[in-house]
Amino acid sequence: MTASLTLRAGLLSLLIFAAFVGAWHVATLPTVGAAAGDVDPEYAALVSGAAAQGAKSAFPTPMDVAATIWGHLKDPFYVRGANDQGVGIQLAYSLGRVLLGYAIAAAVAIPLGFLIGMSPLLHRALDPFIQILKPISPLAWMPLALYTIKDSNISAIFVIFICSLWPMLINTAFGVASVRKEWLNVAATLEVGGLRKAFRVILPAAAPTIMTGMRISIGIAWLVIVAAEMLVGGTGIGYFVWNEWNNLSIGNIITAILLIGLVGMALDLALARAARLVAYVE
Amino acid sequence: MTKPLISVEALAKRYPKRGGGETTVFEDIWLPIHPGEFVCLIGHSGCGKTTILNVLAGLDRPTDGAVIVDGREISGPSLDRAVIFQGHSLLPWMTALENVAFAVSSRHPEWSREKVREHCRFYLNLVHLSGAEDKKPSELSGGMKQRVGIARALAIEPKMLLMDEPFSALDALTRGSLQDEVRRICTETRQTVFMITHDIDEAMLLADRIVLMTNGPQAKIAEVVENTLPPDRRPATMHKHPNYYPLRNHLLDFLVTRSKTFAQDIAGKPYDPRKVPVVRPVPAEALAAV
Repeated sequence: MTASLTLRAGLLSLLIFAAFVGAWHVATLPTVGAAAGDVDPEYAALVSGAAAQGAKSAFPTPMDVAATIWGHLKDPFYVRGANDQGVGIQLAYSLGRVLLGYAIAAAVAIPLGFLIGMSPLLHRALDPFIQILKPISPLAWMPLALYTIKDSNISAIFVIFICSLWPMLINTAFGVASVRKEWLNVAATLEVGGLRKAFRVILPAAAPTIMTGMRISIGIAWLVIVAAEMLVGGTGIGYFVWNEWNNLSIGNIITAILLIGLVGMALDLALARAARLVAYVE
Repeated sequence: MTKPLISVEALAKRYPKRGGGETTVFEDIWLPIHPGEFVCLIGHSGCGKTTILNVLAGLDRPTDGAVIVDGREISGPSLDRAVIFQGHSLLPWMTALENVAFAVSSRHPEWSREKVREHCRFYLNLVHLSGAEDKKPSELSGGMKQRVGIARALAIEPKMLLMDEPFSALDALTRGSLQDEVRRICTETRQTVFMITHDIDEAMLLADRIVLMTNGPQAKIAEVVENTLPPDRRPATMHKHPNYYPLRNHLLDFLVTRSKTFAQDIAGKPYDPRKVPVVRPVPAEALAAV
């Protein structure tokens, strides 16, 4: 029954995909006998003559995009000057920034969240700061980061750090604060000392909640890196998208969008795996 | 009489009432517990039974009075007083063996890994859990979980065992066999036990002395009943003993009526919370013969 459900779902997915590609194909068919002449010459210069005359749509057909994707996948790591590097290299730049900013955020958020969760005083004292800082769009920090750090690459990492921080911090504090009283009582009656209690009781008890925070954070970080790189420029998949927009290369943009989605999915799956390792059934 | 192992002295718990004043849950509780003795505290919900146990465990603090161990007031939890909680309260991310090992290595931090495991296996075997060592609590039945909890408490070889309605969440059959085992283990090891329950048969099977508590608020100890059943009593056969019904009726009568009316019953009469009456219910003909 489950196998047949998987099969049916797979077929339906394929059908939806085929319908989408079909509609796309039809929408980008060359319009025959379109009135030529009433085209703005500037626009014609921009999108090439054929498209401007309506003989061919400026938007690529599915086959064009497939060819473009294949071209990128065949040679993802080429470097032909600062503004022409393979999409794999751009993705690696973005991933590097995300992982670095995320790792620093985890290194700050998890210990700090632990303290906040343990201490009602600290929780009360830090809560106003967290509540005000949390809803700020991470990109709003960018000018401040650029001004103080004076390095666009580190500023992008800082923006990733700041956006990954909050979900991990809040989930860790919540997870630690809501460890079941009876488990703490067990530790107390066994005279378990502070550090041992933290690592053997509180951390495993809060781990699933902490992992949820980490999963939310990696998702947000991957969303934000694209926008951050559009702003700071230079390298990265976000910069690549913006650069291809300036080149008006829609096929390249679509390739990048797909790859961003795939990498985001991979990151989420990796953390879901990790979450399963620390999960427990009560 | 030997020196008590642990002595509850003038214990009271009061909570501030909404809108001023105080609610006294219980007060003037005096109770010595001697080594090797199995003491059961019976009372209705709300009389503060669990609070008393938590104070004995060091998890809660009384408003007044103290618990004295070795001539000193207890200030917090101790490995000398192991607790078997109402819920099994096993750590769900550890296996049965790891749960016990966590307790054992708390008791004996200097022990090698192998020695700890050996010790744990002995106690898991004692509660008939050999073969389930590497299962997580979620893979064990309710009775098995409670067995792990019992093994965990016994494995640290405490001076005293505190049990908070340890069998209340189990079905009748499991409860019966587990009670039987606990009685066997505690008698064999001469373990000192303080247990809370509201199950009369459980108290009659397990306890040497049954302490009766009146209803809250202002709950007190009304009397102490000595178990008149023979020491080799078993759950399956103890109801055939001539002392069974006199004892059971006495306890039931207390829980049904006297626990409510105790305050009026003693009005105007002397009541010394340090020397409550000790009762030994036996059949009427046995009394007549004396």
